[in-house]
Amino acid sequence: MNRKEWYTKGLKDGIPIAMGYFAVSFTFGMMAVSGGLTIGQAVLISLTNLTSAGQFAGLDIMIAQGSLWEMVLTELIINLRYCLMSFSLSQKLVRDEPWAHRFLVSFGVTDEIFGVSASQPGKVSPFYNYGMMTVAIPGWSLGTLVGGISGSLLPDFLVSALSVAIYGMFLAVIIPPAKKSPSVSGVVIGAMLISTLFAFAPVLNQVSSGFVIIITTVIVAGLAALIAPVPEEE
Amino acid sequence: MKISPYAYILVMAAVTYLIRMIPLALVKKEITSPFVKSFLYYVPYACLAAMTFPAILSATASIWSALAGFIVALIAAYQEQSLLKVALLACTAVFITERAMAFFI
Repeated sequence: MNRKEWYTKGLKDGIPIAMGYFAVSFTFGMMAVSGGLTIGQAVLISLTNLTSAGQFAGLDIMIAQGSLWEMVLTELIINLRYCLMSFSLSQKLVRDEPWAHRFLVSFGVTDEIFGVSASQPGKVSPFYNYGMMTVAIPGWSLGTLVGGISGSLLPDFLVSALSVAIYGMFLAVIIPPAKKSPSVSGVVIGAMLISTLFAFAPVLNQVSSGFVIIITTVIVAGLAALIAPVPEEE
Repeated sequence: MKISPYAYILVMAAVTYLIRMIPLALVKKEITSPFVKSFLYYVPYACLAAMTFPAILSATASIWSALAGFIVALIAAYQEQSLLKVALLACTAVFITERAMAFFI
């Protein structure tokens, strides 16, 4: 595929991401404005951060007038999973495009964009990520804007229905390869079981959601790599 | 002294970007270890599965509509429909379930 084809594919695959983002960032916009921020500030946070958990935690610190160090540390811990994702993506991106692209692709490493991009067969062009970013970033920022302007502009049932879009998309990404490979289906089921354990077991349910993702990913992907190493050509 | 919102925003954005940028732009080597390569191959599946379940069950207004969305998405994904189609079908299932529940309850 050439750059343009990658970009177009990215635009298309980015639509469900943008829908899910709209619903989540809508809530963010509402909360930010009710917490005392201006609409412009709320949108600026979404435009420059493009992350959900990190923004909600950051907003709490802003409202409580916490220190900037507290902000640094919180963002570092919550967003640590991006470190793992970026590392994985560093091996996934084609190597014949100029290196500078990686600085721009980095900005759009979100759970969703990474997940979709990293599960493509073979190497991926930065233009695929750009395509997804082109629809996902406006989805995220506009959701914040609309949420900030009026929390009641969108009826509840619509927000509720939109909220499931992103998970539907995740399943569309992971189920087909799981169908074909027993080791991938083991990874999918194992990861769902462990994250369920973290959601409900006492003590474990105190762990923040960012950490649950890191811990689950490291355990399950690590075990899978030991038990079922991937043959060379993958 | 009150800290400006823009100072917070700048710090947030900088930390978040650096975490994403450093491993992606600065790891130049192609990794050859079969273990690390296999690990990285499994990372997206483990990560997406962990993010989807059980979070999907509390994403919507009721666990029943969420469950309907989950099941419909599972079936559509199993039939290898496109990302957009699976997402839209899941949204539709949530919508219909919530309307039906409002009607009966």
